[in-house]
Amino acid sequence: MKVIAPRSVPAGASRLSLDVLFRKFTGAIALLVTLSLAGILIALTRESWPALHRFGWHFLISTAWDPVSDNYGALVFIVGTVVSSVIALLLAIPVSFGIALFISEMAPRWLREPVSAAVELLAAIPSIIYGMWGLLVFAPWFGNLEPWINDHLGAIPWIGALFQGPPMGIGMLAAGIVLGVMIIPFIAAIMRDVFLVTPQALKESAYAMGATTWEVARYVILPYTRTAVTGGIFLGLGRALGETMAVTFIIGNANNLSASLLMPGSSIASVIANEFTEATTPLYKSALLALGLILFVITFVVLVLAKLLLLRLDRMEGRQA
Amino acid sequence: MSATPRIHTRSESSETVAAAGIGTVKIDVRELNFYYGRFQALKNVSIEIPARQVTAFIGPSGCGKSTLLRTFNRMFEIYPDQRAEGRIVVDGEDILKSRRDVALIRARIGMVFQKPTPFPMSIHENIAFGIRLYEKLSKAEIAVRVESALTRAALWDEVKDKLQQTGTSLSGGQQQRLCIARAVAIKPEIILLDEPCSALDPISTAKVEELIEELKNDYTVVIVTHNMQQAARVSDRTAFMYMGELVEYGPTEGIFTKPARKQTEDYITGRFG
Repeated sequence: MKVIAPRSVPAGASRLSLDVLFRKFTGAIALLVTLSLAGILIALTRESWPALHRFGWHFLISTAWDPVSDNYGALVFIVGTVVSSVIALLLAIPVSFGIALFISEMAPRWLREPVSAAVELLAAIPSIIYGMWGLLVFAPWFGNLEPWINDHLGAIPWIGALFQGPPMGIGMLAAGIVLGVMIIPFIAAIMRDVFLVTPQALKESAYAMGATTWEVARYVILPYTRTAVTGGIFLGLGRALGETMAVTFIIGNANNLSASLLMPGSSIASVIANEFTEATTPLYKSALLALGLILFVITFVVLVLAKLLLLRLDRMEGRQA
Repeated sequence: MSATPRIHTRSESSETVAAAGIGTVKIDVRELNFYYGRFQALKNVSIEIPARQVTAFIGPSGCGKSTLLRTFNRMFEIYPDQRAEGRIVVDGEDILKSRRDVALIRARIGMVFQKPTPFPMSIHENIAFGIRLYEKLSKAEIAVRVESALTRAALWDEVKDKLQQTGTSLSGGQQQRLCIARAVAIKPEIILLDEPCSALDPISTAKVEELIEELKNDYTVVIVTHNMQQAARVSDRTAFMYMGELVEYGPTEGIFTKPARKQTEDYITGRFG
């Protein structure tokens, strides 16, 4: 670049040096992100080391959580985090797909904007509001519904055990549902955006073959946008895994493992939020930080799995062939 | 542009068609009006499109030729503020008033667009997809259909070893022939081509034109084109449209050698357009 620079023109030279400066600046910012990530990881590992050192791998599979005798295990919270997030995804993915499809393909023009705006506003509601709504409004209502769930879903062989329990309203299932509502706007907004930018000619080609709206969506729009759709889903999952306030309100905060989704449980984020101020012994505090590290790792693994999934999809479509 | 474009005479072929008795009207358009919101894009268009011939729509940009083409499979219906009034009778049925599912109407009308639009799936699947929508066939039967469609579109030899690769891995010309193969594979009666060569290089264009020639033995072909030489080369009948109106319609040779209307003459001699 310097070779072709017109040295005789001072303005050009100063523009070039500014350009170099700008490039260094942006590079530094990008580096800063990487450094923060590494910094957080190092700090978390160092702080959680006492607990990890004391309990070893056992920490991951132990259900004990006893501050009095200083004995800690993470399994209850790992399960709580993963299960509540999976419930949230099971609810949010189909609903978001429907919303996005309605907005992009089916809604009359005058309805498009209001529905889009409403979905986006859902994302703007602070999570503590969701928590209070969940505890004070949703849980009592859901509690009334739970006897029905007990009688009907609970009677199904194999999965019935998931739906048997006292009708308290709060619990794993309720937390998953509230989480699902919370992540719908994120997933739906991304799906809607990418559905809208799918080339019209591509959709028309499929309609021209005699495909129905569903077939166009399922076999053309969804495969065409799958990278972004997967990205949106994992953005939602990331939020669900780390969501603290709303979950703390409604998950029940019980440190035990239960087969039933109607029973109260705890997630990693909720137990940290609940107990951080009470962590009096160094090992207690370290155990909580170790939970944080695990949450970090879970999120990371989820991201890696997403990448691998996309690679596999590409190969199935034949891109690598 | 010369005043008398090169023309492959079609007169003898239309005579043989008439002799064979297959020159019946396939698409009968009566007093069709079309609106984009408040804008009227087609004004009282009436046109009879014969079976098993190639009919070309020509005219300057915005004259309504693509709009007219897109009414034949009710493609406009996926857009809320577009509407058509009038009658389009295909095989005795007014498709604008038909109570049958629009997907069923589209399934017997193939369409190829300006830009190649391979679906995000393998070459094989691109063709199998449309077949499977309306027919329950075994894998082997589908493979046969895929091969015959690709052969039909003069693409088989180029892709037979890479059927599992994605459709987008092909060149532009190959992609367009894939789209034609896809349209042919569902065994439609009518094939609509909306400027199928406008994004293609001359060699690919020549291949597609050969294909069109070939297609009219079995299908009613309607082609919209910006390229007058192309219309002259491939079509039996040509319709010249201007400002939403059908100005002149007749045997291609007549339109290009002895246009009856001044506007047509001006357009084909390149005085406007």
